[in-house]
Amino acid sequence: MSTATRTGQVPAGPGLAPGVLEKAKAKRDRRTYLALLAPAVLGLFVSFVLPLIYMIRMSFNEGGPDGVVEEGFTLQHYIDPLTDPFFWQVTLDTFRMGVVVGVLCVVVSYPVAMFLARSTSKYKGLLTAAAIAPLLTSAVVRTYGWMVILGDNGLVNSSLKGMGLITEPLKLTNNMTGVTIGLVEIFMPYAILAMISGFGRLSPQLEEAASSLGASKFKVFLRVTLPLTLPGVLTAFLMVFVLSISTFITPRLLGGGAVQVLATEIYDQTTGLLNWPFAAALSVILLVLFGVIVGVYQRLTRKIGA
Amino acid sequence: MSETSLSAPRIFTPRRKTGTIIFNVVVFLLYLFLLAPLLIVVVISFASNQYLSFPPEGFTLDWYAKLPAQETFMSGLRISLIVAAAVTVVVLLLGVPAALALERYQFKGKGAIQSFFLSPLLIPSIVLALGLVLLFGPLKLNNTYAGIIIGHVAVTFPFVVRTTLMSLATTDTSCEEAARILGGDSWTVFRRVTLPLIRPGVIAGGVIAFIVSFDEAVISLFVAESGLPTLPVQVLRYVENSADAAVAALSVLLILFSMAVVAIVERVMGLRKAL
Repeated sequence: MSTATRTGQVPAGPGLAPGVLEKAKAKRDRRTYLALLAPAVLGLFVSFVLPLIYMIRMSFNEGGPDGVVEEGFTLQHYIDPLTDPFFWQVTLDTFRMGVVVGVLCVVVSYPVAMFLARSTSKYKGLLTAAAIAPLLTSAVVRTYGWMVILGDNGLVNSSLKGMGLITEPLKLTNNMTGVTIGLVEIFMPYAILAMISGFGRLSPQLEEAASSLGASKFKVFLRVTLPLTLPGVLTAFLMVFVLSISTFITPRLLGGGAVQVLATEIYDQTTGLLNWPFAAALSVILLVLFGVIVGVYQRLTRKIGA
Repeated sequence: MSETSLSAPRIFTPRRKTGTIIFNVVVFLLYLFLLAPLLIVVVISFASNQYLSFPPEGFTLDWYAKLPAQETFMSGLRISLIVAAAVTVVVLLLGVPAALALERYQFKGKGAIQSFFLSPLLIPSIVLALGLVLLFGPLKLNNTYAGIIIGHVAVTFPFVVRTTLMSLATTDTSCEEAARILGGDSWTVFRRVTLPLIRPGVIAGGVIAFIVSFDEAVISLFVAESGLPTLPVQVLRYVENSADAAVAALSVLLILFSMAVVAIVERVMGLRKAL
């Protein structure tokens, strides 16, 4: 390891053939980056690729509840969930939950993202951090917070009862209503993040131009602001959709067993029934659904980015 | 939708002002909604009501005082801290060199490798969790520290790669060049020049990895519910059975912990960039 080889990028010193240094450097570089990459590739292979391969293989095995698994090849575990009305309903419910949460989440996140993208306040950094900080707090804790707010003796029901508006508590937990409210809030930071990036390209001059030409504020919003921010809105929607259909903690806790979506079903089939091949097949179905949407999403973001 | 109300014809300046006020009120209410579950947990953690109800009857620190006696929470905390610390070390050792290779060297298939490195973010954790359980069964890794740590490495790795890449991209390579010309070997150049330059990215990636692992519930639930229940798993179990205030004090501590992480990341590189 002389200093000469290391100065390969500066003009070669006298007395050395020009190609030699570059070749030596290329070889050395190759060894270095392979050594740098190898542990990571190996680590991800073990913790990420191998489990997925195992799961896909398992989904084709014969077997049933109580941990009975026989090596083999069958499509039964794919046919069942797609033909059984119960699982068909679960898949549909999952899909519908994703759409509803996605739409609501985008609607409530839009004004916040707009506010942050336009803000010139000196507290902008702090306000942005406050909007996305919940992302780094535990999903269990935030779901618990919603149970406290929405429960039968929770904040909402106690307040309404105190005001004499209701006598019986509203059913806001252990059903899809509670899960939806919780998920909308939990995924808001993601939607806000996605939209702020999308709104960066919106120039205020365009809006000023429109309004100085006599457009009402509503019209400016409808004809200028909204179309220009639509790409950000769409990416935010897709992101929240994929996150919602695969989330487990919130449907489990706020759904209280009454809300059945693919994720809770995978858990029940695994820990409750020990039906490994079937749980694996449900996971593959979820993964495919997920993959298709992510593919669309990435294609869209690439298009928008270009 | 607050903008709708602005279309009512009025004199120009006041209309603009009311519009802004309405918009700001809407944004304030949405912030309240966004932070509601965290705020409510703080409120009831100090409420003296024996059972969960509103309004709070009085102020007490009892819930906090009782925490150390909750054996399940304490053992969960111990397990979670060990796991998160180990995951952070492992993922930094894997991620920082990988980011360095991606940023400082030219090679074929670079884009593919980068996508591969970030892809664990695109997999539902419940799917990965099931895969891990199936893989770990024959390997006897379920209900072991190694099992949980391996599972968490996948989901934290992309954060470290991303923050480190971002730091690397914004640093000037001329210092490294200079150090090399002055005779520093690769390791010395990395340790004395590159590492100090990319410290913000490494720190941000490290603390994010720590908190993501510390808060991760799904993989831990699948891989080690019976044998090594982490703190989120214990909280999950507890909340499943009762939503009383006993877990609120603990939640507040967890929120404070997350806030500390947020503050660090915001300070070293900006939260928005890092996530």
